[in-house]
Amino acid sequence: MSQLATPVAAYSVVIAIGGVAVRVNTSDKNFLAMLYNRYAGFVGDHATAEFEFDIDLRQPESADPEADVSVTCLAGRWVMQRGDFRAEWDPRSRRGHIRQSANPYAIDAVLRIVHTLLLARQSGFLMHSASAIRNGRAFLFAGVSGAGKTTISRLAPTDATLLTDEISYVRRAGEPEQGYVAFGTPFAGELAKSGENTRAPLAALYLLAKGAENRIEPVRAADAGREVLANILFFAHDRETVQSVFQTACDFVHHVPVYRLTFVPDARVWELIR
Amino acid sequence: MSRKLYVARSPRIAARKLGEEMLVMSAVDSTLFTLNPTATILWQAADGATPLDEIVEHKICSEFDVNPDEALRDAETLANDLATRGILLISEQPIGAAKPRLQESA
Repeated sequence: MSQLATPVAAYSVVIAIGGVAVRVNTSDKNFLAMLYNRYAGFVGDHATAEFEFDIDLRQPESADPEADVSVTCLAGRWVMQRGDFRAEWDPRSRRGHIRQSANPYAIDAVLRIVHTLLLARQSGFLMHSASAIRNGRAFLFAGVSGAGKTTISRLAPTDATLLTDEISYVRRAGEPEQGYVAFGTPFAGELAKSGENTRAPLAALYLLAKGAENRIEPVRAADAGREVLANILFFAHDRETVQSVFQTACDFVHHVPVYRLTFVPDARVWELIR
Repeated sequence: MSRKLYVARSPRIAARKLGEEMLVMSAVDSTLFTLNPTATILWQAADGATPLDEIVEHKICSEFDVNPDEALRDAETLANDLATRGILLISEQPIGAAKPRLQESA
């Protein structure tokens, strides 16, 4: 993708996730410091920025501060809003604007939404799952809250590299038969710790369930498709995005092994994951 | 049965056969459906040009051991149900090309 040619703002940071660099500009030094701290390990070079957002630290005029996220496309511009932020983004100009309260969760949500929109066009997705690299191959561990994403992350042996305990970043490597790649993300769950900013070819997706024994079972294709769709993050429900995400999920289960991993919450489970 | 009914796949959905099951997702509200074998046959044959009674005769009665009149009544009920969910379009006239992307995978 082409790079931005505009001058770097006085206070700005480039946050690069999945190799996609987003520059965030703010006039607030303290907020900038928070961004550097929160996205440490994912701070990129300014010359690599592909997209740019200006942040206006004012509470958005929202009728409902607790309102859930909504994402709509109006004449090619994406409008993203929640009780604590309102953002607009024009993918053509590669620029956007965020009005938000000075909390880290709003910018985090906007980044997640932007990446889901970008990934939807690149045969990729963000998934509610932990992920880790072992022996040069990446593994995803998906499940609802309480299924064990953070537990299995905590139990990871020292030779495993944790990519995230909460939100995994997956993109097709090229042609479908070339498989998929998992990237580290700064999107942390209960572990409250960013993943490593690295990548590896994806070997398998495990659907987590805690149980009385460690067991791996194959999952039928249709069940795998349903589970993948249930765990993919997507906020925009326009026709094109829905169709794209659906086809990506189906392609994914066609090319990546999906297993159900029932596990006792102790380190022995990692003996099965190699 | 005097009137002809025509059915077509809605363009506002995405569909894919995974294993033996047809998954269909509404592009309107992202609802995910799994079609049973009869619904899958009906959905795959719903080209907007073939009357429902012909689909039943050639695709359903040939596949299942069912009474043709009963099968047609069941198919009309099923088609109406799928139409209510936004998966199929129904008309008493042939329906123009409105086919969603359909792919199959093992």
